[in-house]
Amino acid sequence: MDWEVILSDAVRSGIGPVAAAYALAAIGLNIHFGYTGLLNFGQVAFMLVGAYGVAVSVSTFGLSLWVGVLIGLACSVVLALLLGLPTLRLRAEYLAISTIAAGEILRLFYRSSWAEPVTGGVFGLQQFADEFYDINPVPRDRYGFWLIKYSSQDLWALLIAWGLVLLITVLVALLVHSPWGRVLRSIREDEDAARSLGKSVYSYKMQSLVLGGAIGSVGGMILAIDTQSVNPDSYDPVVTFFLYTLLVLGGAGRVLGPIVGAILFWMILTFFDSALRQAIGAGVIPQDVISAPEVGAVRLALVGLGLMLLMIFRPQGILGSRREMMLDVR
Amino acid sequence: MRVSRMLVPVFALLLMALAPASAMAQSNEVPRGPTFLDRALQVLVDGIQFGSIIAITAVGLSLVFGTTHLINFAHGELVTIGAVVAFFLNVAASGPGWHLIPAALVAIAAGALLGGLIERGIWRPLRKRGTGMINLFIITIGFSLLLRHVVLVFYGTRPQSYREYDIQQAIDLGPVGITPRDLTIVVLSVLVLLGVAFMLQKTRIGTAIRAVSANRDLAEASGIDVNRVVLVVWVLGGGLAALGGVFFGLTEIITWDMGFRLLLLMFAGIILGGLGSAYGAMVGSFVIGIVAQVSTLWFPIDLQNAWALLALIVVLLIRPQGILGQRERVG
Repeated sequence: MDWEVILSDAVRSGIGPVAAAYALAAIGLNIHFGYTGLLNFGQVAFMLVGAYGVAVSVSTFGLSLWVGVLIGLACSVVLALLLGLPTLRLRAEYLAISTIAAGEILRLFYRSSWAEPVTGGVFGLQQFADEFYDINPVPRDRYGFWLIKYSSQDLWALLIAWGLVLLITVLVALLVHSPWGRVLRSIREDEDAARSLGKSVYSYKMQSLVLGGAIGSVGGMILAIDTQSVNPDSYDPVVTFFLYTLLVLGGAGRVLGPIVGAILFWMILTFFDSALRQAIGAGVIPQDVISAPEVGAVRLALVGLGLMLLMIFRPQGILGSRREMMLDVR
Repeated sequence: MRVSRMLVPVFALLLMALAPASAMAQSNEVPRGPTFLDRALQVLVDGIQFGSIIAITAVGLSLVFGTTHLINFAHGELVTIGAVVAFFLNVAASGPGWHLIPAALVAIAAGALLGGLIERGIWRPLRKRGTGMINLFIITIGFSLLLRHVVLVFYGTRPQSYREYDIQQAIDLGPVGITPRDLTIVVLSVLVLLGVAFMLQKTRIGTAIRAVSANRDLAEASGIDVNRVVLVVWVLGGGLAALGGVFFGLTEIITWDMGFRLLLLMFAGIILGGLGSAYGAMVGSFVIGIVAQVSTLWFPIDLQNAWALLALIVVLLIRPQGILGQRERVG
């Protein structure tokens, strides 16, 4: 077993563009779940409309990538309004189940043969982000350290992804420490109290849903632009469960929670993946106990176990305070 | 309220009116087959059959929610495990190769046992610790991921079917046809559902379950052993889920994520019917099953679940408390 490879795999994944995209989506989810107490289980739907907003605009309608970004954002706002309208007045469970249902509806529609002329159906869309890489100012070279190497394209995508994470984190930090953010937290703690102080709970919840959803769609765009491809089946409900896991790991209701969570989540996940594969390859774990194709399943089972243990023993995660995470359905 | 009740049939009529138009559009390319009415009747029968499977699995989920307010995301895995246990006893090379009927009975027992073990091993201690509802909800998601992928490791990704009753000739009933297997499944499901309803209405434990669902504190104060009631609900729910899993595996195919794919439809069914009401879950599930199948009259089959879930959101807009749910002030 080559520990250097395992560790470098873990670090590469932890600072990689996927981790950044998940961090962005989790920042959005943090506004919903961590600050407002909304149980949004359809964050992946926002990522999906963001990613497809870009991909469809460029590949199908031949628009500019930047127009696509605006369209993706607009789609996420529309989705948030559509979702919020029927469910935000209902009990938390309704929002949870209708958001997860909405995510599945969208995935099924985007992958259906019906939508194939526009979305590419099960094949998805590819090669739509050339405009993004054309303005790459990073000179052609190999960059990196240790065993981790990037081409100038990868580095450019990485810089933009983490740059957006930082920018949005600062914005969110300013927002949640403003009077607006205090209202959100008061809704999480006691909706009736907030209402009795004359705050329109419904309207604040809607604003939270729209803002977090738009940030989630940016995460989806990063994911799409980084790989230059979108495929509906990479936006299944498990992505939202990952987001919850990493958010709880980092600490829900904390500004840095999603970032710490995303980096650690992907490092741990890749560490297990790489270590298991190496152990099987080196014969430390015999083939008939776990074979190489089953590593992915074992890894996801471990995510599930990790989420359970975290929620049971440390629901506040690494950065959170326990007092703030005593959430309860009214 | 009356106005919104009228909206549902109006919506249904609207869909019916749209039907001939799109059927006409299709008839240009499709060779003349059975008439629209024949196809409509056939998908209705298919829908009832699909709905009965959803209903069998959803009743347990609804009772668990009613008695403990736990949204159990891991319920779909009980369905999968039921189907997979029967598969191992029935088909697997390493299994005993039993006939499906005893295999299914053992699977139901295993599902019931698993349900009871989960309640005793995980949820009761957590309730005692005072873990919040939302935290419990997220724990069930983790548990679902864990169970599902453990099943995947043991079962593999290959979809498989049971040895018996795999391919059958449909019985011709005028315009519609149904295989003896599917007919048996519908009849058995309806009998089981009637049995559950009888139990809820007439037996002591059934009354206790309804009492705990209606008001947990009051039930406890009047001397009902709430923990025992919840345990019974879990055992019952686990057994029903396993039975539903065997049925689902019979009519379609056994896969490692079959329960998870069914889970959202179960949720749609119980919300449609009214959260926490067992009868609502039954009615809602049939509606979901029928909507899913009837949608294939106009839309591609790969969208049938999407339409069923969309029906959920439409009902939430019109009648948030569900078809049989009680109005309560929320938000």
